[in-house]
Amino acid sequence: MPLDRGLRAFYGTRPEGEAAFLASKIAVSRNKSPASQSRGLPAENDRMLKRSLLLAATAAAFLSATALGAGAATVRYANQGDLKSLDPYTLNETTTNAHLGNVYEGLTSRGKDLAIGPGLAERWEMLEGGKRWMFYLRKGVKFHNGNDFTADDVLFSADRVRAQGSNFLTRVPKDAKFTKVDDYTVEVTLPTPNPIMHYQWDTWYIMDKEWAEQNNATAPTPASAQTPGHAALNTNGTGPFRIESHQPGVRTVFKANPTWWNDAKKEHNITEVIFTPIGNDATRVAALLSGEVDIIEPVPIQDIARINASPNARTLTGPEVRTIFLSFDQVRDELLSSNVKGKNPFKDKRVREAFYKAIDIETIKSRVMRNLATPSALMIAPEFFPLSKEFTRPKYDPDGAKKLLAEAGYPNGFEVGMNCPTDRYVNDGEICQAAVGMLARVGIKINPIFEPKAQYFAKVLKAGGYQTSFYLLGWTPGTGDPHNVLYDIMGCRDNPQSTRGESNLGGYCNKKLDELTDKILVEADASKRTGMIAEAFKIGNEDFGYIPLHQQALAWGVSKKFSIPQRADNEILFYWARKE
Amino acid sequence: MPLFKNADAARETAMLAFTIRRALQALGVLLAVGIIAFAMFRFAGDPVNQIVSIDTPAAEREEVRRSLGLDDPVPVQFGRYFLRAAQGNFGISYQFRQPVAQLLIDRMPATLELAFCATVFALTFGILMGVYSALRRDSLLSKLFQAVSLVGISLPTFLIGILLIYLFSVTLGLLPSYGRGDTVRLGWWTSGLFTLSGLKALIMPSITLGLFQMTLIMRLVRAEMLEVLRSDYIRFARARGLKTRAIHFGHALKNTLVPVITIAGLQLGAIIAFAIITETVFQWPGMGLLFVQAVQNVDIPIMAAYLLLVAAIFVTINLIVDILYTVVDPRLRSTLRQPV
Repeated sequence: MPLDRGLRAFYGTRPEGEAAFLASKIAVSRNKSPASQSRGLPAENDRMLKRSLLLAATAAAFLSATALGAGAATVRYANQGDLKSLDPYTLNETTTNAHLGNVYEGLTSRGKDLAIGPGLAERWEMLEGGKRWMFYLRKGVKFHNGNDFTADDVLFSADRVRAQGSNFLTRVPKDAKFTKVDDYTVEVTLPTPNPIMHYQWDTWYIMDKEWAEQNNATAPTPASAQTPGHAALNTNGTGPFRIESHQPGVRTVFKANPTWWNDAKKEHNITEVIFTPIGNDATRVAALLSGEVDIIEPVPIQDIARINASPNARTLTGPEVRTIFLSFDQVRDELLSSNVKGKNPFKDKRVREAFYKAIDIETIKSRVMRNLATPSALMIAPEFFPLSKEFTRPKYDPDGAKKLLAEAGYPNGFEVGMNCPTDRYVNDGEICQAAVGMLARVGIKINPIFEPKAQYFAKVLKAGGYQTSFYLLGWTPGTGDPHNVLYDIMGCRDNPQSTRGESNLGGYCNKKLDELTDKILVEADASKRTGMIAEAFKIGNEDFGYIPLHQQALAWGVSKKFSIPQRADNEILFYWARKE
Repeated sequence: MPLFKNADAARETAMLAFTIRRALQALGVLLAVGIIAFAMFRFAGDPVNQIVSIDTPAAEREEVRRSLGLDDPVPVQFGRYFLRAAQGNFGISYQFRQPVAQLLIDRMPATLELAFCATVFALTFGILMGVYSALRRDSLLSKLFQAVSLVGISLPTFLIGILLIYLFSVTLGLLPSYGRGDTVRLGWWTSGLFTLSGLKALIMPSITLGLFQMTLIMRLVRAEMLEVLRSDYIRFARARGLKTRAIHFGHALKNTLVPVITIAGLQLGAIIAFAIITETVFQWPGMGLLFVQAVQNVDIPIMAAYLLLVAAIFVTINLIVDILYTVVDPRLRSTLRQPV
């Protein structure tokens, strides 16, 4: 019966095929997307599709077109990620912070080279070795709704950023006390000195007290809320752009703010930014090549050459401050997944050193990363630590690695499981694959588990019980300071009361390093502090607690008519952009 | 005359019983989908990791987990969700902090318009090509159609989409590679059917989504038509000396279309549900894209609501098709009285 045939075709073939595809699509790494399959097609198109004309036949009277005219300085921007909530305290994540950094401003700012400079505070003083601070606010600054920016807004923002539902609780120390001296002076006092208190304040965006109170948005919307918050859909900042419309996950329109306090000296010539998230790599690249968008982030490594070969687009690449590294479970008495029973081989420093020496970083750099990576001897990017040049990686030495393994009692190597995300860092899955091959050469059999980030992080983080024996992770110190790495990643996690080492998935621990970390936190003398940081990293390197691999590269694709400085923290900030 | 009335009344009762039975079954299906979905969610990953940044202290994470009720056993979470859903409250999206129902309603026009255009495309070309290749079985064009249909069935949707993008957007610069173009607002509905850029944006996604359906319909029409053309009443019609045109389109095609309409109806559900891939490739701001993003971000409220919605769409379409059968084909009415 034809009907049955049709039904079979429908129920039998189609859904299963689609479901299987969907599953593979979700699991697939972002750099393995179909883009590569259609590589090599010429890209000659030079102009974007022109703006809409309402069809003459339609009854235009009752239609309100949302069409936007294409001004000369309209920038179209596509990012892999969404702009989810507009509330600046909801999600501490680079892309979101960058988006909102066009709209909101902090007391401090960071320049194109990430150097800290004045923001809404014109200047500040650190007193009593970092226990007391004075912030002198900029005068004449107005929020987008016309309200004046004053000390009250700073005090309000300090409370709001530390309220329940905020993901920025660590931006402002919990015990910091804010006092209004006058309308344009704020005093901050701390029980213990903290010379780097303001390091992350460029992304602690100041909100308008009056506006938040009027709109019942005095606290960030927590994920568990049953009603949406006003600030999640609306903004009122002091920054160079304001948000005109926002459809979550679809499109966001930014307009230049003519009343920006720095408008007279502005560097950009942009009047409008239209942001669209495009998750699919191939589509995002196609949109750039066809001229429909002016800037995309990120560009998959394998598409860089094609974009550079096209007549109307180019790529901007540069080192990112994120450090990619491997590390091991150094806590458990027996590894979760290994054929070595009754003991943990990674507790032996010689085994860790052998793993380090078995990794051929130059091959990873040239083959896996296509030279878009900077091999690193440290767990922190050189931008954040002036002495990083003094550190070098031990040489790639597979024979030495074999010898070390034999000395440690594993002349024939051993087997161990490895956890690896596939959609979090640039070519993360491929890096792990390369490492598996390199370790096989010294007799170590790695059983890798490749997973999308959602499943990977569910297992390896603290909430998942640190379920890993050997893993790959990337880390950007949110503070832009080595203390964050020494405390969160390299600190002992043996005290359950402390937050130290919560992201130390393998549990590396050296009390001497912890002692130095505590001193580094309160040391106000810059050169002394740098010396102590160097000493701490030296301890970490000598212990071979981690195998730092590289700082991955940033890759943005931009139209040739468009220019923007590429900041190493991957923030795309339109107040430095220009379009012809 | 009274005989007829009785028959009518009996039929109506049977119809009512049938409808009630099917409605109850539909509820059962929704409940089953909900249970399966909730059983699967814990394999999707930990939502808390997607809600907070990676350097968030563990205590803060636990607070988020507790406030969301994620530390409760799965049956408790499921029960709480279903009680709320029964009152029309589908919760707040973890990632967007917006009501899920509103997000789905905002995205629904995009998906429905795409599904509609894909169906129109599939029906028009499928029937035309099917009829042609049945009537001129050996012509070159028929063979070409057959070949095209093979491509449509064997190539995965995303590949077709990307090939179209590279041909028509990147190389020729004729059509937009992503998005819906400009839309106009008609009440709560947004439509791309009334602007040039909106119509242009519809072309490639509709073809990508409808290609499989088109080939299915084409093959169905062709096979049915060949069978009908061999049947006795066509021979009698020929013997009566009717015009070929009248035989082909008046008699043969009309009889061919009954199963085609059935399939097209059922496929509409599939098109809506499986627009996911097309929407991902073309960054089409519909419900499917929302769902894919929700899976990547472990946004359980969106995933749950979407799955229930799709199940509801399938159940509704099946119900309508079942009822329509009996309207179209009187022979099926007798089966109504028997339990299904």
